[in-house]
Amino acid sequence: MTKIIEPKKQSNIFRRPSSETGIWSWITTVDHKRIGIMYGYAAFFFLLIGGLEALVLRIQLSQPDNNFLTAAEYNAMFTMHGTTMIFLAIMPISAAFFNYLLPLQIGARDVAFPRLNALSFWIFIFGGAFLYSTFIFGTAGAPEGGYLAEEVGWLGSAPNGGWFGYQPNAGMKYSPGTAMDFWAIGLQILGIASLISAFNFITTIINMRTEGMRFMRMPVFTWMTFAVSFLLAFSLPIIAIALFYVTFDRKFGTTFFLTEGGGDPVLWQHLFWLFGHPEVYILILPAFGIVSEVLPTFSRKPLFGYAAIVFAGFGIAFIGFGVWAHHMFASAISPVAQAGFGLSTMVIAVPTGVKIFNWLGTIWGGKLKLNTPMLFSLGFIGMFVIGGLSGVTHSVVPADTQQTDTYYVVAHFHYVLFGGALFGIFSGLYYWFPKVWGKMYNETLGKIHFWTMLIGFNLTFGPMHWLGLQGQVRRTWVYAEETNLAFWNVVVTVGAFIIALSIIVFMINWIFSKRNGEKAPFDPWDARTIEWTIPSPTPVWNFSKAPVVKSLDDFWHAKYGEDDEGRSVRRDSADQLLQELEEEGLNPSEDIELPNPSYYPIILASGLPFLGYAVIYYSVPLAIVGTLLLLIGGFGWGTEPLEEAIEELEHE
Amino acid sequence: MFVKKILNIKNLKFAPFILLSACIENAPLDSLSPEGPYARSIDELFWITFWIAVGVFVIVQGALLLSVFVYKEKPESPEPKQIHGNTKLEIVWTVIPVLILAAIAVPTVQTIFDLAREPEDALKIEVIGHQWWFEYKYPDYGITTANVLVIPADKPVRLEMWSNDVLHNYWVPKLNGKRYLVPGQTTYLNLHADSPNEFWAQCGEFCGLSHSKMRGRVLSLSQEDFENWVANEQKNAIAFSNEDISLAAEGQQVYLNAGCTQCHVVNGVWDVQGDRIAPNLTHFAVRNVFAGAALKNNRENLTRWLANPAEIKPGTFMPNLELTESEINALIAYLETLK
Repeated sequence: MTKIIEPKKQSNIFRRPSSETGIWSWITTVDHKRIGIMYGYAAFFFLLIGGLEALVLRIQLSQPDNNFLTAAEYNAMFTMHGTTMIFLAIMPISAAFFNYLLPLQIGARDVAFPRLNALSFWIFIFGGAFLYSTFIFGTAGAPEGGYLAEEVGWLGSAPNGGWFGYQPNAGMKYSPGTAMDFWAIGLQILGIASLISAFNFITTIINMRTEGMRFMRMPVFTWMTFAVSFLLAFSLPIIAIALFYVTFDRKFGTTFFLTEGGGDPVLWQHLFWLFGHPEVYILILPAFGIVSEVLPTFSRKPLFGYAAIVFAGFGIAFIGFGVWAHHMFASAISPVAQAGFGLSTMVIAVPTGVKIFNWLGTIWGGKLKLNTPMLFSLGFIGMFVIGGLSGVTHSVVPADTQQTDTYYVVAHFHYVLFGGALFGIFSGLYYWFPKVWGKMYNETLGKIHFWTMLIGFNLTFGPMHWLGLQGQVRRTWVYAEETNLAFWNVVVTVGAFIIALSIIVFMINWIFSKRNGEKAPFDPWDARTIEWTIPSPTPVWNFSKAPVVKSLDDFWHAKYGEDDEGRSVRRDSADQLLQELEEEGLNPSEDIELPNPSYYPIILASGLPFLGYAVIYYSVPLAIVGTLLLLIGGFGWGTEPLEEAIEELEHE
Repeated sequence: MFVKKILNIKNLKFAPFILLSACIENAPLDSLSPEGPYARSIDELFWITFWIAVGVFVIVQGALLLSVFVYKEKPESPEPKQIHGNTKLEIVWTVIPVLILAAIAVPTVQTIFDLAREPEDALKIEVIGHQWWFEYKYPDYGITTANVLVIPADKPVRLEMWSNDVLHNYWVPKLNGKRYLVPGQTTYLNLHADSPNEFWAQCGEFCGLSHSKMRGRVLSLSQEDFENWVANEQKNAIAFSNEDISLAAEGQQVYLNAGCTQCHVVNGVWDVQGDRIAPNLTHFAVRNVFAGAALKNNRENLTRWLANPAEIKPGTFMPNLELTESEINALIAYLETLK
């Protein structure tokens, strides 16, 4: 017999040990939606910090020979800006989307391993906190035998060897102190988080799809999550090993990358970019996925060339492992290697182009509603194309030897990762805002955000192309007045502050709309995929009953048929369907088992920073504390049943 | 200055272009104004790629803007046709980019190998990277110098490069692309300047605290001037005798006694075997820049530098020797004699 349950009162089924609200409910949660939300807020917090670091850099560069920052502070700031934006902002914001949406898009109640999901989030938090604790505990200074005119200060006591940590400069001899250890071990910890979630998502997608959700019926965002998870699973072990080598070199006297011990600094470059280039696609593919959801919805047309877009995504992911040396065209590699990697880099432009043309095919002939998510997706195409084209100029190896290590490259990858990834992410944030909060965002503020960001973005990164071609080298704390680079640097700095302004608009919109926004219907965009068949905000149990999927864009086909010309016609039954869905969504008609909250993920995760500090300070007591936390967390976890409710039901 | 330039232009339509070119004209590190065959071959390749990219840019952005304007929702817009794709189109927009890229790939690969080929009869010069300055050795002539690379004009030279400490990256934008200097490995770079001129160089790879101040100059000289320069560099400095009471002679005593000789060699005055970690000063006064080419070689800058090197180049290995004002003046007078 099925009983109709009021979920919140059903403590015997849901068995939420302490509370359903309040801080402890968040700390112990294993709900993919709550974890997604926490990922999002934490990542946005780091995005703000990374942005502040960028502003500080831009103030320093706004005039030649400026002394707003010392060299030590500048190096720390650009290292932390890059590290933060990549590992603590863009990657986890993508993880926020994966977490929240993936189960909803495939019709699942949760991910395959809910507690692992919580573990991955808490490791990310502890990893980020560990990395940033360098500002309190870290030390940095001149290379062995060198002199500084002034103290490094707290701002300069952060990692200072670049997010790429090239050896031997980032080794102990040339970067003494503990700051680079915080970087190496911090990234190591963050890598564990990503690796865990990668396997979790792969398993989820393979095993948890609802009835009828065949692979070729999955939304493209889910496909891109799938691709990114494989990229993570194959690329992170490479950087994990390389980071272990670096840590051993720095802390235990090995010489993997040190010439004087027979090591090879160029090997680090190979290992780093063998991870680092797939990493670029880890950052951009989620945005590809988001845009592929937004464009069809707001064009009221299916995605043009669904299969082509999916396979192009996997093509990019696969070829992405074969282009790493294009980061090293000026390095010690032979002309044959230069030619080979130049060609493979050109090849990767092809599937990328296929995606862009298919997106254009999607909006062509559509009925475009220019809401904020759509604006950001269109902006994404425009900006990403610029980044893609400058990328092709990098594949022309001789030209790249002029451009590499200049602001031209800085311009290129900001067009890809900001104009691309971040525009896509903002598109997604607005698009799914109603689903997450049950409120509508403010459209006017959203449009102001888009236009100020588009203008600020182009003012900031457009002139950088010119600056690079005119010879402004990256990672330089000062430039000489004679280089005549001042004018465009001022423009760039002004642009950066306009971006900051647009972010403030976004935050105002977010905070007020979340509190006072109009109540959102459960399908505000007349959308196509099944996450829009459930109430807004998403109820804790997601789907009242597992949906059965009959086609790609299942929800759209439930609402619309086609006339003889192939134009959409709303079915007579659509309104009734929506009404049924709404009633059903809020009042599940069958028992629902959800995984119980758990303390153990956070306990286990908390052990890792202790182990990190133990390596940095050669401390046995800290190592013991860290190991104990890992053991307690692991043992408790292993002995705790996932769903207490199951046992109780059996006893009945 | 720039505002003035804008106001002077009658037709504002061209303002951005003139503004851009105005900036480029005087940029000594400009990679778009090649002054030698290597840089020129790169430049040509860049512009081919650039104009192709512009073509693609116009088509794609045009299609994007056109679709937005044409298909923007209007009250009378019909429901769109539900088109799922088109295999022919997919093939077209896969094959066309492949053809374009193939067209770019051919000259790219050719140029890669052209640039890497060792030129015949090229003068060999060793470039050694240090934190934060470039050292140059001419094995054929027995010359060691720093910061300013002197080459014969209108002739190729072959640089054999390595690093003494971390990765560096040698870049003379007007003469060729970049090439890394790696500890424990030798890398090669060809330079060729059309005519006598002075060029700027800059370390491209992040190499620590004073990376931004690791700069250089390349001086291309006519054959005659180059030979004169070689002959002069091969001479030793003339040592002042102990009886000499000139300021410069006093400066030589400071050089010998204050600690400078720990790292700096002056041939004929204090030459020891083996590599030193700081620039050879034998012909210091001939070079128009010093301190990793971060400073022009003049009295004011020398005074600042000798008073506290780390103030100018953070992390430098040159200590603050706590020299008195009179010692500094004497030392500068001495350095000025090192021609």
